Amino acid sequence: MIRRTTVLSLALLSVVGLDACRRRVVPAPAPVATSNDAQRQADSLAALRAQQRADSIAAAEAAAREAASANQRTAPELAAVLTQKVYFDYDQDVLRDDARAVLDAKVPILLANPAITVAITGHTDERGTAEYNLALGQRRAAQVKRYLEAKGVPEARLSTQSLGDSQPAVAGSDESAYQQNRRAEFQPSGGGALLRPRS
Amino acid sequence: MPLPALRRALAVLLVAAPLAAQDTTSRGVRIGLTYDPGSKPGVVVLPVTGAQGDSVRAILQRDFDNGDRINPIAIGGGVVQDVSRAAGPNWPLLARLGAAAAVQVTPTPSGFHVAVYNVATKQTALVREFPSSAAPDSRAWRAALHRIADDLEEAFTGVRGIAGTRILFERARRIWIVDSDGEGAMPVSETGTPMSPAWHPSGRMIAYGTYQPAGISTLDLTSGRSRTLVSGAGVFISPIFTPDGESVVYAHGVDEGVDLYIAPLSGGGGRRLSVGRGSDNVSPSFSPDGRRIAFMSGRAGQPEIYTMDADGTNVDLLTPLEFGQNAYRASPDWSPDGRLVAFQSQVAGTFQVLTINLRDRSLKQLTSDGRNEDPSWAPDGRHLTFVSTRTGTRQLWVVDIESGRTRQLTRGPAARLPAWSPRLATD
Repeated sequence: MIRRTTVLSLALLSVVGLDACRRRVVPAPAPVATSNDAQRQADSLAALRAQQRADSIAAAEAAAREAASANQRTAPELAAVLTQKVYFDYDQDVLRDDARAVLDAKVPILLANPAITVAITGHTDERGTAEYNLALGQRRAAQVKRYLEAKGVPEARLSTQSLGDSQPAVAGSDESAYQQNRRAEFQPSGGGALLRPRS
Repeated sequence: MPLPALRRALAVLLVAAPLAAQDTTSRGVRIGLTYDPGSKPGVVVLPVTGAQGDSVRAILQRDFDNGDRINPIAIGGGVVQDVSRAAGPNWPLLARLGAAAAVQVTPTPSGFHVAVYNVATKQTALVREFPSSAAPDSRAWRAALHRIADDLEEAFTGVRGIAGTRILFERARRIWIVDSDGEGAMPVSETGTPMSPAWHPSGRMIAYGTYQPAGISTLDLTSGRSRTLVSGAGVFISPIFTPDGESVVYAHGVDEGVDLYIAPLSGGGGRRLSVGRGSDNVSPSFSPDGRRIAFMSGRAGQPEIYTMDADGTNVDLLTPLEFGQNAYRASPDWSPDGRLVAFQSQVAGTFQVLTINLRDRSLKQLTSDGRNEDPSWAPDGRHLTFVSTRTGTRQLWVVDIESGRTRQLTRGPAARLPAWSPRLATD
């Protein structure tokens, strides 16, 4: 019985000691406490702190588990943000406000997931020449890349290409179709499951 | 020599000199017809004997018609039997038909025997053998007939015909080739993303750009071998060969706009020519002397046509910027005689094909029906092929810039980005 108590208190001590070591904070005993009462009080305080620490570790682990499962639930949402297209005006590579908002939403996700690379593909509508449209699509992709770089996404994680007018998103020869076809698309790859950015 | 006569002789020399430089007569034979560029001499193609006789005659008549410099006089029914008699051509009948000349083609075991009669003098004006061992109705057989048509057109008018030329274009993710009369369309490249085919001056090799993967490739038409000249990140667009045939000029860019580059066929990669400062610069076309390049640039905002020296210096805006007009001008192609640049321009919300005269910058609109674009000159400097949607699908058409006559060149699946060949050596 005595033996078991000793083991338990040793275990308790080692937990406290470990925790103290981990935090690199050595709890200094009160130098004036010499009476038995004071000793008992100190013992119970230490036990309480140890308990609180154990509880908070458990709570943190539970929160982490919860966050991981929440991340699993939100990964498709994050992927949707990453692949959301941006649109352009006719013969322009200038980023409109709506395009900037779409790109701004991608930035924290890209920063929280440093292993992810993104291929940016520029497209144009069917007006203009096939040759110029290939160039214009490249200019749009490059403009998007520059914006993300300026927001802190490393250049090495962003690549650009153009498909010109060869792959319209929608068929048709009216302004509604043209607007949907003047776009940049995003193809993320690598990095495993997407992690939610810290808020 | 009396002065007026000398002046006349000089005038003839001045007019003839550019033609002679451009179209060298292989045998120097001229028929004594008076050729007035404003009117077309009437020519009767006499009935041809043999199993393919009707085909031979139809091909020659169509070639003359397509050349727009000769009027092939259509005759049929009983007249066909009457124009050519055992004793020789029926001179009075030919004269009544308005023929200046009659052509007699006779298939022989080794090819074709051709005789040309001058109706005015009732003399045989030309006799020539055209060797051909090609099987009837084959591509080479038709090429041999096109060569007869081109030789005769040169003999009649002083300008060699374009019947023996071919046109490259893009269709269904391949490069295709078609004869000048619309026959024999066939793919020459693998399926992929080839665009903007261009001819090597020899007519034996072509270049084209691809966008997946991005690069510039060349294809030897004789061996069928292709190779990648340059490739990498970004875009590689609209290659053309330098007039000396030793390099390719093309558009390339990654993140800082698209500029024109030059890369030697012998290897070593590309060197930048244009200074677009982040703008797009594509679709180059050399002047015939190789000293200037016309190209399309968005450097001033809207796309316009510019010219520059072959080393990228001395840039000049060619097409006039019109205040308040949001025109979009593209796809320049410098005419073989150096006088004109054909291009496409936005007109009333769609594209039309125009020419601009380099001397006075006067414009001439050549099309108005449907969307018309991507002009490419024939080596005679008189015909252009272009893409038109006038029938509902994108097809290649040909326009004679003198008369405005047009004809449809391709049929079937959509076609675009045509490139007319230089004069091709037969076999």
